[in-house]
Formats: sequence, C-alpha cells, structure tokens
Amino acid sequence: MITIAGAGLAGLACAHELARRGARVTIYERSARIGEGSVSRYAGGMLAPWCEGESTEAQVITLGSRALDWWAQITPVVRRGTLVLAPARDRAELTRFAKRTEAHEVVDETQIAALEPDLAGRFRTGLHFAQEGHLDPRRALIDLARRVEEMGVTIHLDTTAPKRVTLDCTGMNAPLHGLRPVRGEMAILHAPGVEIRRTLRLLHPRIPIYLVPREGQHVMLGATMVESSATCPPTLRALSELMNAAYALHPGLAEASVVELGAGLRPAFANNLPQLIWQDGTLFLNGLYRHGFLLAPAMAARAAEILIPETEDADHRERRTA
Amino acid sequence: MELYGVELTSRLLLGTAQYPSPQVLLEAIHHSRCEVITTSLRRESAGGSGAAFWDMLQDLSVRILPNTAGCHTVRDAVTTAHMAREVFGTPWIKLEVIGHGDTLQPDVFALVEAARILSAEGFQVFPYTTEDLVVGERLIEAGCEVLMPWGAPIGSGQGLLRRDGLKAMRAHFPKVPLIVDAGIGRPSDAAEAMELGMDGVLMNTAVAKAGDPVAMARAMDLALRAGRAGFEAEPMERRDMGVPSTPVLGLAELM
Repeated sequence: MITIAGAGLAGLACAHELARRGARVTIYERSARIGEGSVSRYAGGMLAPWCEGESTEAQVITLGSRALDWWAQITPVVRRGTLVLAPARDRAELTRFAKRTEAHEVVDETQIAALEPDLAGRFRTGLHFAQEGHLDPRRALIDLARRVEEMGVTIHLDTTAPKRVTLDCTGMNAPLHGLRPVRGEMAILHAPGVEIRRTLRLLHPRIPIYLVPREGQHVMLGATMVESSATCPPTLRALSELMNAAYALHPGLAEASVVELGAGLRPAFANNLPQLIWQDGTLFLNGLYRHGFLLAPAMAARAAEILIPETEDADHRERRTA
Repeated sequence: MELYGVELTSRLLLGTAQYPSPQVLLEAIHHSRCEVITTSLRRESAGGSGAAFWDMLQDLSVRILPNTAGCHTVRDAVTTAHMAREVFGTPWIKLEVIGHGDTLQPDVFALVEAARILSAEGFQVFPYTTEDLVVGERLIEAGCEVLMPWGAPIGSGQGLLRRDGLKAMRAHFPKVPLIVDAGIGRPSDAAEAMELGMDGVLMNTAVAKAGDPVAMARAMDLALRAGRAGFEAEPMERRDMGVPSTPVLGLAELM
C-alpha cells in the first residue's frame, strides 16, 4: 500500500501513475475539497512546452511534450495552439522569443486575424505554436481526482497525513532544503466583449502576460513572478501591470469584469526544474514551479517507476543491461 | 577600483534579475568573476519574505549592493533603503528614483533629495543618475562618493548613447569612481565604457537575457578587463590619414 501526502496536482498525478501500475494508493489531503489547498488553482493551465523553451531547459520540452495526450484522457484539452504577440515597439522581444524556441510558425496580420478574429488589425506579426494547448486547472484537478478514485485510489479529504508516508507531494509545505517560493499573481476576467480562442502571450521586456480562455467567456490573466513568500492578496502594482498589458493586447478587455484575484506560491528549486528526492524514507516530488500541468504527468511516471519498478518491462530490462 | 573604502579587483557589478533560474544566475556570477551583485527589494518582500532567494545570494562570497529599483518617490526610495539595510546588513544602497515610466530616466531632483537623507543616515549611496555634471556635483555635495551615470535607458541594450557626456564627466570628476549603470547591451559597450576611463560597469539584462547568460557573463568580464587594460595602455590618437605601419627603410629597390 502506497500513501501520499497531498491531493494537489503532483499527488493526484502520482496516484494515477501508481494505480495504473496496479498499486493500492491512499491520499491524505488537508483541505476539505479537491483543489482548494493546491497552488495549481492559480495556474494558467497552459500545456505549452515549446513556449516554455524560451526561458527553460530543453528537459521541460522533452518531459512536457506528451502532457497534452496524457491530460486529454482525463479532462477537456483545447488544442488550438499558442499565439505569441508583441507590441510594435517591443518587436525585439518577439525576435528573441522566436530565436530561442522551436515548433512555431511566423504569422502575419491576415493569419492572426484568421486565428483570432477579435485581434484583427492589432498586430503585424506573431508566432503560432500550433501543437500547444490548454486546460482548465480547477476542472482538471477534479476530473483527475474522480479518475483516480475510479481506479481504486482512496482520497481522505480534510485529513492530515500520517507522519510517515511513501510519497510527499505537499508543495511549499514540504521540509525540503533548497525549495523556494516564487510568488505569482493572477486575475480571472469575465470578458463577453472579446473572444479569445487560444492562449495568447504578450511579450514585454518587463511585464510579459498571458491570457488563457476559460469556460463561459472567462479569461485567466497571469502572471507575475516575484521571489517572495508573501501570501497576501495581489498588490496594486502587480494588478495594474497585468491589466495594463491586457489592455494593450485588446482595449476591449477594459470592459471585462474582474471575477477573481489570486496569489499563490510556486514551489521551485534553484534550477526551476522539478525533482524527486528521497529523504528519511519518503520520496518527495516537488519543485514543479510554473510547469505543474506540463510536467506533472512525466514526473509522476518517474515517481511510479521508482516506487514500483516494472521489472518485467522489456524497455526496463534493456536499460538495465545497457 | 575602490568603492567606499572597499577594494575590488573586478570592475563589473552584476544585477540578479530576469535570469532563467537562480542556478543560471549563480553560474553567471561565478563566471563573470564579479565581486558585487545588486538585487532589488519590492514592497511585497517586506518582512523578509524574499528570504529564500536572498539567503542564496548571501551565501555567495560576493558583496551585495541592494537597490531601490522601481521606486518613483523620495519616500519610497528611503523606505526601501531602510528595508534593504535590515535585510542585508549593509550600508550600501544603489539609489534609483525613477522619473519616467517609459525611459526609466532618473528623477534627478528626487534622487539628490533621497541621497541627502540617506547619506545623513549613514548609508553609502550609489546614485543612478544621468551624465549631467551639475546633478553629479549636487550628489557629491549630498554625500555620494560614487556616481553611476546611465549609458542608455535601463534594459534597452543601446550601449553608450552619450559618449561625450561620459567623457566630460570623467574630466570633471577625475577622482570620483564613475560606474556606467544601465544601457549596456554587448561586450563592446562595456569595453567602450572602460576605454573612456569609467571605473566600472553595472549591468543586468545584457547578461540575464542573453541566449547563454553564463557565456555572456564570461564575455563581459573579458571585455571589461580588455577595455580597462586598453585605457591604461593609453590608446593612440585617431588620425584622418593612413600611415603605413611597415617600415619604409629596407624596401627592395626596383632596378
């Protein structure tokens, strides 16, 4: 029997991979409802490994490229790609982004208008990452919890985990050396006046933003990155920067109503890559940083492989003899 | 180079923002061979909430020059300086008071005022200023022993836009350490600043946003050392005519 502390993104993804290998799994979650205590509720839900390549190691692309298919089996995934744009005066940012990423196509004004009719005439050029997609993080977590329960996993909500568990997925609460919080601030807008079909990223030297469409004409607007452990609600500075940038993307967003504001702490290690660490007999999966939905499936598979080695697996045998 | 009584062998001061990850930052610091790094405090970091990141910086064997980046008023800058002293335990403060949101040009009036207040409180102020000589004099009167003129707007990577202004500054303040702060884009910009006789260069974006920040950190270090060595070697004067560099004597005579 495998016990997991934390029914957030990492805990549930691990439970899924472990149950798939036939393990009996019990998860302990402190909060009363799925997703309530998880920082992933503030995530964008972007499945954008190639865009992330701009600022991260190639490993993220490798680990994340299969995330879209993994999630599509669990929750609705919108696969319309990512459109990366920059205001005319920040064209240099677009050039830099293009140089540092792969799997994109340069699109002109006409193509942008075809992809996002509401943005017609606003941008001369952009980058389209056609293979990328997004999901709704809160829905995804609930769908994932339901799926693992169907697979026989027991989830104890509102319950503190026992002192000793097999796998710890408690994010910033984990007692791991070198784990640091990176604060992110976001807003959810109800924007019936502006139709956004896919994830949009607006590049800016100081305040890059992204907009991810959600159900019911909602849009998630994110996100700041601050080296801070402050858990206070978003600051006015962060919000004015985010919202100004959104307004620059489309003035129609000025009419959107702000449905929710949020701030969360992303757990990260010094290299901003997730790690699996053994400490005092417990395996820790942590440091998913801003790549939770993208990297959780691959990291969960690794965790499962460590806990339940598929010894009869041909691939595994090969590796062992190699 | 001596800054407020501290002897430094590297003339590079490196910013710590915008790197792909803290690990890349640490490697860049190492390869830049710099001895001073600068880091900003934001209001939401009050109460030491940026601790994890700062601990990492403080574990390094480099000196920390906290800055007041993003402050727009005297009061803001002074409060941030107080926070910085508390967090990092240093009297050093890189004083930035931004006057214009787009160009990030310093508000030199507020800068002088804040410099006066902070110097009186015992801070050792590194003011981010323009190449204006009168402002420079006012800052020195206010207690600054270092001046940090801009090369170009922060983060623009445009290089040294007002070479002559920097030269005039060098001539006017022969004994004051002058550090070009902001605007450096390439190693050649850094070398140029050194060749003008500047004492040091502070940069951030040029390294952090390079394709390979660690390699760029190394390149900047080399450029600064080359530029300084060139300055000390007294470069030749420019001429408007070609002068043969091969000796005329001993040329074969055509029969």
